[in-house]
Amino acid sequence: MSNEGYNARFINRQSFIELDTRERAKALFDAGTSRELLGPFDRVESPWLPMQGVAPQADDGCVVMKGRIAGQAAVVVALEGAFQGGSIGEVSGEKMTTALDLACADNEKGVPTSAVILLETGGVRLQEANLGLAAIAELMASILALRKHAPVICLTAGTVGCFGGMSLAAGLASYVVMTREARLGMNGPEVIEQENGVEEFDSSDRALIWAIHGGEQRYATGLADALVDDDTPQIADAIRGFVSMGVPPVHRSSQVALFRGRVEKLDTSRQWDPKEFRALWTTNGSDEEKR
Amino acid sequence: MEQIEFNYPAKRKVPKRAHVGVVGSGDLEVLLEPAEGEVAHVSIRTSVDGFLDTWKAVLDRFFTKYDGVVRIQINDAGATPGNVQLRLEQALEVSEQ
Repeated sequence: MSNEGYNARFINRQSFIELDTRERAKALFDAGTSRELLGPFDRVESPWLPMQGVAPQADDGCVVMKGRIAGQAAVVVALEGAFQGGSIGEVSGEKMTTALDLACADNEKGVPTSAVILLETGGVRLQEANLGLAAIAELMASILALRKHAPVICLTAGTVGCFGGMSLAAGLASYVVMTREARLGMNGPEVIEQENGVEEFDSSDRALIWAIHGGEQRYATGLADALVDDDTPQIADAIRGFVSMGVPPVHRSSQVALFRGRVEKLDTSRQWDPKEFRALWTTNGSDEEKR
Repeated sequence: MEQIEFNYPAKRKVPKRAHVGVVGSGDLEVLLEPAEGEVAHVSIRTSVDGFLDTWKAVLDRFFTKYDGVVRIQINDAGATPGNVQLRLEQALEVSEQ
């Protein structure tokens, strides 16, 4: 029966979400080529958390690995969603930025080096507020510098999602890869509900959350470039594909006129249903998109 | 946050270091490294204050069976004693692989 076939496929699937952060990063490299930089035993950790009574993590929740993807030099930066919600502090931010800057320097020396950023993050770490904000600004500058030379690929697998300032960083990426379980958005559901009331957004309505922030909707509305299953080989394959593809002719974030046009055509006087919005958004200005 | 230190007598050399776990709610991170001498040193940083006796009970029990000369650092975000025990055993397993 077809049902049995499906179950076997499901059971044998190598979940990416169930991997820990280090394994996630490693799984994206060509086998045996990866090595970790500034690992936990280097103990470069947040000096600010202990002052506020919070136990730090030895790698500050940021794993950096260098190696080869599709035969090409690449750096992977992976955020640990379980540590302080994957939030960006001074140290984790600096680790990300420096990794991208070194990749940029390698490109300038004639060694093509791509970057993959695994985003499981709520954005700025509130305990390191200003430093975290500065780190995200620096990270965005580093993405902009690197993406001229080589693709910067953001992967949000789940289940933390990618929110706050880091969603802006994802917006600058050459390519965004998501699973159905992942979410991507500036303000998270709780924040919207708190600011605008439950009539605006009911953050207990999981179907609504995924209909708006979920990977499927983000892909359908062109804000993500690939929708993948929670399947390690499939995800690694998608990443290899984008590394091989190289820098896109036009970055999404450079298409200001296209997106401004789409927003202007949208009737904001009424509440849009996510499905209805999807149909409108993708036909809206689709000719321009083909440019 | 509380800082707790323990020392236990030890004699066996440990082949390699191990890092397991994450400082996430109800979990902890263990960094285990081979050391020199005849003592195992454990250094704990925990976000939850006031559980010195519980930490001592868990580690006393762990070191009745374990005699590796190691330096163990634990960063804890409120793990239960059972969880601490499992993470220590996981670190031990990785270090002996």
